[in-house]
Amino acid sequence: MLDTLYELFELGKILFFILLITVPLLVSVAYLTYAERKVIGYIQVRMGPNRVGPKGLLQPIADAVKLMFKEIIIPTSSDRFLFIIAPVLAIAPALAAWAVVPFSDGVVLADINVGLIYILAMTSIGVYGIILAGWASNSKYAFLGAMRSAAQVVAYEIAMGFTLVGVLMSAGSLNLSEIVLAQQGSLLHWYWLPLFPLFIVYFISAVAETNRAPFDVAEGESEIVAGFHVEYSGMLFAVFFLAEYANMILVSALAALMFLGGWLSPFQGTFLEPLFAFIPGMVWFVLKTGFFLFLFLWFRATFPRYRYDQIMRLGWKVFIPVTLVWIILVGIAVMADIPPWFA
Amino acid sequence: MPEIRNYTMNFGPQHPAAHGVLRLVLELDGEVIERADPHIGLLHRATEKLAESKPFNQSVPYMDRLDYVSMMCNEHAYVMAVEKLLGIEAPIRAQYIRVMFDEITRILNHLMWIGAHGLDIGAMTMFLYAFREREDLMDCYESVSGARMHAAYYRPGGVYRDLPTVMPQYQPSRWRNQKEVDRINGDRQGSLLDFIERFTERFPKCVDEYETLLTDNRIWKQRTVGIGVVSPEQAMQLGFSGPMLRGSGIAWDLRKKQPYEVYDKVDFDIPIGVNGDCYDRYLVRMEEMRQSNRIIKQCIDWLRANSGPVMLGEHKITPPKREAMKGDMEALIHHFKLFSEGYCIPAGEVYSAVEHPKGEFGIYLVSDGANKPYRLKIRAPGFPHLAAMDAMARGHMLADVVAIIGTMDIVFGEIDR
Repeated sequence: MLDTLYELFELGKILFFILLITVPLLVSVAYLTYAERKVIGYIQVRMGPNRVGPKGLLQPIADAVKLMFKEIIIPTSSDRFLFIIAPVLAIAPALAAWAVVPFSDGVVLADINVGLIYILAMTSIGVYGIILAGWASNSKYAFLGAMRSAAQVVAYEIAMGFTLVGVLMSAGSLNLSEIVLAQQGSLLHWYWLPLFPLFIVYFISAVAETNRAPFDVAEGESEIVAGFHVEYSGMLFAVFFLAEYANMILVSALAALMFLGGWLSPFQGTFLEPLFAFIPGMVWFVLKTGFFLFLFLWFRATFPRYRYDQIMRLGWKVFIPVTLVWIILVGIAVMADIPPWFA
Repeated sequence: MPEIRNYTMNFGPQHPAAHGVLRLVLELDGEVIERADPHIGLLHRATEKLAESKPFNQSVPYMDRLDYVSMMCNEHAYVMAVEKLLGIEAPIRAQYIRVMFDEITRILNHLMWIGAHGLDIGAMTMFLYAFREREDLMDCYESVSGARMHAAYYRPGGVYRDLPTVMPQYQPSRWRNQKEVDRINGDRQGSLLDFIERFTERFPKCVDEYETLLTDNRIWKQRTVGIGVVSPEQAMQLGFSGPMLRGSGIAWDLRKKQPYEVYDKVDFDIPIGVNGDCYDRYLVRMEEMRQSNRIIKQCIDWLRANSGPVMLGEHKITPPKREAMKGDMEALIHHFKLFSEGYCIPAGEVYSAVEHPKGEFGIYLVSDGANKPYRLKIRAPGFPHLAAMDAMARGHMLADVVAIIGTMDIVFGEIDR
């Protein structure tokens, strides 16, 4: 009896923590769309949303309400079951992956030792949502988008996987908290420096993985209209949208964890460290994630779109060889215990 | 075993990259284009037929609506055709104004093109930057004719009126406070010529800005270099003109080869490409914007130094002054006759062509001596360009079709007429 009560309590606690992660995450997704429109707006010398609420701050809420009241149209020739399940498949892994993300020292829902593998597994499942959506819509544009997305994600998954191999070799662990702790020391101890090529490849692959500009061929506004979600409307479309932005935040957070020392203060090891000691680690983590998110928006406002075969070439012929070479170098460095990173 | 068939895709007319109402039936092998079949006619308004039923002057506004991003150049070809048949020539000041506005129009058109081309290839910021500058040029249109787009400013015998000495000003509103209004009104304190001059000083820097975004951008180059290559011979066979022809390396420009108005008195160069691909055509058009800027500057200098009439005094063809009409019966009759019956043109036929921003825009006008054209044929430059779609796109990928549509600078107003 006591045991069941205890288990129920534990379950409740976990549910509470899940809510504690998911709700702020969804809010940040909403405000990431706002930030995107504002940032790109200012880059393009215009104002961005400024009508709903003060400075347009209620715009994401208005958008959400609008989307919720829109009719969900299911094309007659589509596969109804897959059509509805696809967005769920897209968003579920995007949210589930957050289980292993450490927000600060010890602040993590599931402190498992295979965190990195878990993340890789989750992000790979996300693409099934896209492929199924393209297939189930039974539309030519959607199908082309799905095909492009599938090929692209496979190529970049490999490059991304290899960069993660470099990280885990350096840290000697798959646990994300331990990866962060292995970077302790100073700003120069973070892995962005010893693993610089991997860092760059990781971030570019991350942009490609999330189907964001300049790799947004799966949606390719001006080519295949909206790609895989061309037939979706209302909340089903919004779910895809949420998944895309949740994934953006996720890969940015991972970049911060693996290459920029997660929650570690950038002033570690300098005389400024005590001065900034009052700032909780989570703030640094959020700031670093925000930096990468800003890069996403900056790319979108600046770059033209790659062609689909050029993306493939970049992935297979440039990124994968680069990562392979660097992994070997890292391997040698780890074996030789080169300080300060690999000692 | 089922027969393997190519994917047939309907690209447009409702498509973000269809530039209006292009319907393109694409036969795809995977993503590779096997056949591209453009369908036209969705914007057909029978301009040529309509012109047959109205007096000559009343067709001028229809010309604006052909290529609706380079309005005054369309008018120019028509007005020139009428003038040639009548055997008259506009006053020299009107000719300079026409050349200046032709070049303003060229910049307007090329800004629209770079914006749309950029947007098609995914560089969406270009669009907003280009529209920022377009806004100023639209204001020039507005201050001179009252309309931002469909100006109807060129008339047989000159231009509608002389350049205004004051520019319209912005007023403060809920969204613009006094400070911001003062900032945008800063350039608008003097005459229209002052405003245009300030634009010409600012504009080369803007073009530099566009070029920093695109010219050396690796992605931009990957998307345009070697795409839609047209050899010089092929370009001539396909009937190309304008930047499409010059991009292939043929230095053909009506402003140089058959100078009309005062183009022989202004100094400018015509840029040509080497490889005939989308990238070369991009560079040609970018340089054309700089050259247009140069021509505008020269026109401003001339217009500042020389005043004079901008319309012929022959009131059978041009309207009399408003004041004259109030006291002079002759003028009132002229006015009434001109705006109701128009004027008759001696029987004959004429072809007049201008170097339109998109290529050679020609008007073939046949008159049987009546007050309306017997036949009006419009030679739209976009038509042969679009007809080359299949030749240019075959073997390329779906994403390249979008780049090729962009490089053709298609506007359906002129193609469908």
